[in-house]
Amino acid sequence: MIRLLALLLLLAGNAAPARAGEHFLILQSTTSTQNSGLLDYLLPKFTARTGIEVRVVAVGTGQALENAANGDGDALLVHARERELAFVAAGQGIMRCDVMYNDFVIVGPKRDPAGIAGGREAPAALRKIAAARAPFVSRGDNSGTHIKELALWRAAGIDPARPEGGWYREVGAGMGATLNIAAGMDAYTLTDRASWVTFANKRNLVLLVEGDSRLFNQYGVMLVNPERHPGVRFAAAKTFRDWLVGAEGQARIAAYRVAGQQLFFPDARCD
Amino acid sequence: MEDLGAAFALALELLLAGDAELWEIVRLSLAVSLTAVAIACLLGMPLGALLASLRFPGRQAAIVLLNALMGLPPVVVGLFVYILLSSAGPLGALRLLYTPTAMILAQAILVTPIVAALARELLSGLQEEYAEQLRSLGIGPWRAIPTLLYEGRFGLLTAALAGFGRAIAEVGAVMLVGGNIKHVTRVMTTAIALETSKGEIALALALGLVLVGLALLVTGATALLRGTAARLSHV
Amino acid sequence: MSDRERILPLEVRGLGLAFGARTALEDVSFVLGAEGLTVVLGANGAGKSVLLRVLHGLLAADRGAILWNGRPPGPPVWRRQAMVFQKPVLLRRSVAANISFALAARGLARGERRRRLEAVLESCALAHLAHLPARRLSGGEQQRVALARALALEPDILFLDEPTASLDPAATRAIEELLLRSRTSGTRIVLVTHDVAQARRLAEDVVFLHGGRVLEHAPAERFFTRPQSEAARAHVEGRLPP
Repeated sequence: MIRLLALLLLLAGNAAPARAGEHFLILQSTTSTQNSGLLDYLLPKFTARTGIEVRVVAVGTGQALENAANGDGDALLVHARERELAFVAAGQGIMRCDVMYNDFVIVGPKRDPAGIAGGREAPAALRKIAAARAPFVSRGDNSGTHIKELALWRAAGIDPARPEGGWYREVGAGMGATLNIAAGMDAYTLTDRASWVTFANKRNLVLLVEGDSRLFNQYGVMLVNPERHPGVRFAAAKTFRDWLVGAEGQARIAAYRVAGQQLFFPDARCD
Repeated sequence: MEDLGAAFALALELLLAGDAELWEIVRLSLAVSLTAVAIACLLGMPLGALLASLRFPGRQAAIVLLNALMGLPPVVVGLFVYILLSSAGPLGALRLLYTPTAMILAQAILVTPIVAALARELLSGLQEEYAEQLRSLGIGPWRAIPTLLYEGRFGLLTAALAGFGRAIAEVGAVMLVGGNIKHVTRVMTTAIALETSKGEIALALALGLVLVGLALLVTGATALLRGTAARLSHV
Repeated sequence: MSDRERILPLEVRGLGLAFGARTALEDVSFVLGAEGLTVVLGANGAGKSVLLRVLHGLLAADRGAILWNGRPPGPPVWRRQAMVFQKPVLLRRSVAANISFALAARGLARGERRRRLEAVLESCALAHLAHLPARRLSGGEQQRVALARALALEPDILFLDEPTASLDPAATRAIEELLLRSRTSGTRIVLVTHDVAQARRLAEDVVFLHGGRVLEHAPAERFFTRPQSEAARAHVEGRLPP
């Protein structure tokens, strides 16, 4: 009976079109990176070049790092520089490189009750939102975006978590879900530009604030340390990283456009 | 409201165009959930029959526990299986994480209590009806189990359907242990979650309609099967 | 079937059984010979069904002894018995499959199963219904199937618990005819009923139960013409018991 069950499990498990052998790697990345469409555009080109399949698990930054720390991924592509460096310092990650950057923007309802439209200073805009007690949706999930948002509130000298009137709403969700909620509530929120441009449910939301250098968003790639996790597909992962920061990968990143806009800017530099 | 209309149109378009990615996702959804239900039936139905037929100390507690397990939250099952299959976990060496096998395992765990509890409920009724007669024929509680299972076969089909409904509709478990990897572990429900997070509401709804249609298809096919069998055979 | 293996005669001594505060059987004693058709008669609630179930091993008595040709009760004895209940309990399969199921449960080989199945379908006039779903038949036909199933087992003793209580007169007659024919073939029959007319038609001897006690055990003719107890007299004459 047990054998029959195990057989059933394995047979059905192989019913999906999986490539044979270990000619693939598991890349832990973030939902915003995936939702921007970059990976769907970029990765097939890597596979065509090397024959290695890239399987993307797209979750929140925190979960991606946690998964990698468990050895459940071979490489990471996230945008949370401090946490990436901590990951390397802990011996979990190796061979980290900057890959590309873009920026964050503040979006909000067209009627703009806090009057921040056109501003080029993020902390100032946040101060106005707090003053107006206008609804603001925070990802609240320890992602790169969330950490950036908290840093901006600090720069504005405001602690939004102090319970006052419920205008600050932490949803604990990915960027897409957060944008859906903001659209549904006519609320302000901080988002990376790539997610914003590709988001299909904007409703009454528009882009209000951009251009502040503090809104810089750096993406990094690193490998899971094979000394910590011997089962890691190190060769495939290293090939991927090298390609990403190499000439072809960087050129492809720059070539990715949505609605005529370039969403990611290559800036490869290895630590 | 326009979303709903757009969704219907989009769903039809996708189906008629034979969208390759859609069919891939549909095939995987069916493969995972049907296999999980098959395993759940293999494990759960005899278990239900056992609980219906045998009398032993702690039987009542076992039944209460089984009924409670029907309410296992999918995401909790997903977490549990993830911890089990993770590289850092006890079964990490099997390298099953982020594969359809992991998804089948998670759904089987989720669905088995449902099939078992419903089977027990049904077969308990049958057992009451047959108990004296079976004992008169010299058939004790252990030997009665296959008889009860066969006698209850039509009701058990409904239990299997209930299990299938649970499996095909859940997203928490398969998302965690499958990773929603394109071409590998993306099923209907995780695809819907993904499109929703991209704000593609109409597409997500369209996929949802396809999913409901799928469930209707399976239920309908089973009803037809049952009707034919009942006509040819015996209820 | 040698006489040594047969489980008759049956000797019952001082049987007692209570369900909580309610006494179902009290000091029940009698002897049943190797042949004949015995009717266990009494009003509803007299303990007749309980007695049958104790003899068939479905219930355990609190006190008393039961000796089957000198042997104690147990699965080897019960395997040589069969019982027909008031409501026929048939499986969700064909008539033939129901009978085969019982034969298979006894561990008989396929050839023997087929032989007995054909024989009993013939003798109980069920051949034309053999492949129909058993539960689709009328009440009388279903009870005939239940009886055929019991007879196919070729029991030493056949118990019947109010087998025709829910049946119309035509069906009742069919069952009674079958019983009489079986009795002639040598099957020991013990029939429980509250129906005096049926008892008169079938009984060779009568065990009369009242309030869980055996008030009389006598040959039929003597019982019906000269009942010894007031309760028996009342029952035979169709009056309510004292």
